[in-house]
Amino acid sequence: MVDKSGADGRSLIRRRAGLKLWLSGGWLATLALAAILAPWIAPQDPLAQDLFLGRLPPVWIQGAEPGFYLGTDSLGRDVLSRILYGARLALIVALVAGTVTCVIGASLGLLAGFLRGWVDVVISRAIDIWMAFPPVLFSILLIAVMGPGLQSIILAIVVIDWTRFARVVRAEAMAQGAMDYVASAQVAGRGRISTMLTEILPNVLPTIIALLTLEMGIAVIVEAILSFVNLSISTDDPTWGGMIAEGRTSIHQAWWVLIFPLITLFLTVLSFSQLGEGLKDRFDPVLR
Amino acid sequence: MSFLTITGLSAKLRGTSFPILRDVSLRVSAGEVHGLVGESGAGKSMIGKAVLGILPTSVEITKGRIELDGVDLLSLTPAERRRRIGATAALIPQDPLTALNPSRRIGPQITDRLVDILRWPRSRAEARARELLAEVQIPDPDRVMRSYPHELSGGMRQRILIASAFAAEPKLIVADEPTTALDVTVQKQILKLIAEMQARHGTALLFVTHDLGVVSKVCQSLSVLYGGKVVEATGVRDFFREPAHAYSRALLAATPKYTDPAASLTPVPEAVIAAVQAEIAAHDRTHDRSARRG
Amino acid sequence: MADLYTVENLHLSLPDMTKKPLVGAAPRIEILKGISFTLPKGEILGVVGGSGSGKSTLGRAMVRLLEPTGGRVLFDGQDITHLEEPDLCPLRRRFQMIFQDPMSSLNPRHRVGQIIAAPLALHGFSDVGARVLDALDHVGLPRGFAGRYPHELSGGQRQRVGIARAIALRPEFILADEIVSGLDVSSQAQVLNLLEGLVKELGLTLAFISHDLSVIRRLCSRVLVLYRGEVVENAATAEVFAAPKAAYTRELLDAIPLPDPDQVWA
Repeated sequence: MVDKSGADGRSLIRRRAGLKLWLSGGWLATLALAAILAPWIAPQDPLAQDLFLGRLPPVWIQGAEPGFYLGTDSLGRDVLSRILYGARLALIVALVAGTVTCVIGASLGLLAGFLRGWVDVVISRAIDIWMAFPPVLFSILLIAVMGPGLQSIILAIVVIDWTRFARVVRAEAMAQGAMDYVASAQVAGRGRISTMLTEILPNVLPTIIALLTLEMGIAVIVEAILSFVNLSISTDDPTWGGMIAEGRTSIHQAWWVLIFPLITLFLTVLSFSQLGEGLKDRFDPVLR
Repeated sequence: MSFLTITGLSAKLRGTSFPILRDVSLRVSAGEVHGLVGESGAGKSMIGKAVLGILPTSVEITKGRIELDGVDLLSLTPAERRRRIGATAALIPQDPLTALNPSRRIGPQITDRLVDILRWPRSRAEARARELLAEVQIPDPDRVMRSYPHELSGGMRQRILIASAFAAEPKLIVADEPTTALDVTVQKQILKLIAEMQARHGTALLFVTHDLGVVSKVCQSLSVLYGGKVVEATGVRDFFREPAHAYSRALLAATPKYTDPAASLTPVPEAVIAAVQAEIAAHDRTHDRSARRG
Repeated sequence: MADLYTVENLHLSLPDMTKKPLVGAAPRIEILKGISFTLPKGEILGVVGGSGSGKSTLGRAMVRLLEPTGGRVLFDGQDITHLEEPDLCPLRRRFQMIFQDPMSSLNPRHRVGQIIAAPLALHGFSDVGARVLDALDHVGLPRGFAGRYPHELSGGQRQRVGIARAIALRPEFILADEIVSGLDVSSQAQVLNLLEGLVKELGLTLAFISHDLSVIRRLCSRVLVLYRGEVVENAATAEVFAAPKAAYTRELLDAIPLPDPDQVWA
């Protein structure tokens, strides 16, 4: 039997090992673990103030105190402990806001792109109108009305960003809807909604997952921005954005208060976007 | 005199040892139409692309020579090669729909090359374009030059691409499945047009196709490819009268003929494919050995 | 012999989106302009025509992927012209379709086994697994292919999966829409021989849409020639090739390049 299946040599191209996936996944897993275990592994109480211990440098610099590994801020609060506790909030926002945005946006996009007709008209107009609102003003307004708090942040992200999913997924569903395997499902007698779920959804899922991880990164940023402008949750709870805002004021005396939360934020957002890419490379049967 | 001489050309998929072309040699003379036939993946259009310097980045040439009008293209720098190819060769592409830019008018798309590469004055280039459009039997060339591609039929677009290919009087034209996307009735007109133009201009033509019927109509000689290797190179009459290679015979037996409905259609037998593969492998081995010795 | 399909004065028009005015409905282009023919059981009908002849549209109207705007389509005596999807569903098992481009008609994210099994499960067959393997056997693919994805197969193998999916339901009628036009001659010969065998073995009625008269001559017992949405010729295959009546049919025949350098091709 002559095997022609690999005749075009495509199967010979070795796909790059999932380094991206391991690095980004590793960082996020560590962060998640740190967030969950924060009460046990944080070296200090993140809220404990001690003016005598203000602006202590990280341990490897002269003048550091043992136990304050990444130094302290101007009020003497431990930077490492605050980053760990801040991760809890960042990850909750990323997971909840990202997922809710994704589910709402992708569902609407899928319905509009596959069913077309009046469903598409209604959803597409809603997207157009929605996108005409300036997002930052919109979120600030929303939080001003609802009051600061976790729910407000999550709601603000969902309300602003669902259109991102809806637009992309709609276009993708439209393209897939024109494929003959959809016609084939119809010839077999499959109903519209069932076709959407069994034929279209698996093909737009890689896009949805890529968008979802990207959205989680965006959610972390949005939360940091809102904290930075003091619109996040109560100022006592440590947030990365809040830490960056405070660190900004003392950048010349204590750079570590700004830099460490900033690095954490950067790595986290980067990891989320790379995670999506890595998952796609690894698990998409069409690419594999 | 041959305008195109390819000697021992080999190419592989970049980053692998998967061969795309194996030791391909062929010559095309002035005024000759040479067909490249084979099944998909045989490497027939890769030869055309290699000649025009438009191989996909995933394919790399490992050895061999491509002499165009006496100059070895592979020994030139990329910039020199581009200029050389631009001045002496042209392409008639497969899909007339994607080969023309949908947002530009036809006129400039024909004259661009004359003005940009050959430095002709625009008025002369436009006159030349009008002349060529008339030559490919397009009524009202002036109107067509002001049109956008979507305003024209598939057959018209393919005529424009033919006119455009002949614009700079190239010595070699590569036609890559130029009629595959067209209806048979239009295909006939286009093939006749290509043959006429080629004869009138004395151009050498490398004609890539999977259709043996088309080959018998336009080519004087042909190379049959399998797995990136030329398995038979011969004149067109000899090929259809008494194909020398078992694979060529099998290919002909698999081609349906409406004039002969009783003939059973035989897919290329697996034994023939196995034999060709063995032959190629044997050739590669002796080749490697002699290369190592030399 | 009874007629499986009766098509009477079929009209179909679609909105022309390229000419849609800013407000209001797009103008409609008439694709089928009153097509009538009958397809007896057990016949292999070739449908030929150039691009824009409406041959694919006619096929899609016959399996009710499109709803005709006028006329009637009778399947086994039952009027299916405007049947709603729920009433159509039980009939769908009986008429199936094989598509032109197997890459587009096989869901890239489903395995071959799933692809063949889905219609079976939908129509409530109990022994789905056994029927999938049986269908693979019928089209000459190894049973192990059930676990592969479409992109892991060659063009000819993919088209066999398309055939397997259609015959798995044991339909009475199959519409084959340009199913060999993307294939190499060797795979084309394989698929044609396979289809010919299956028609005999399973007692199928077939409509075979193609632009290639050589292929039609090889396979079909009757030919329907379409030109711009109208039937210009409808006769037994041998008759069409021996003495074509319509000018367009003659033009089509004269345009075919035979693999023969001595053919006069004026």
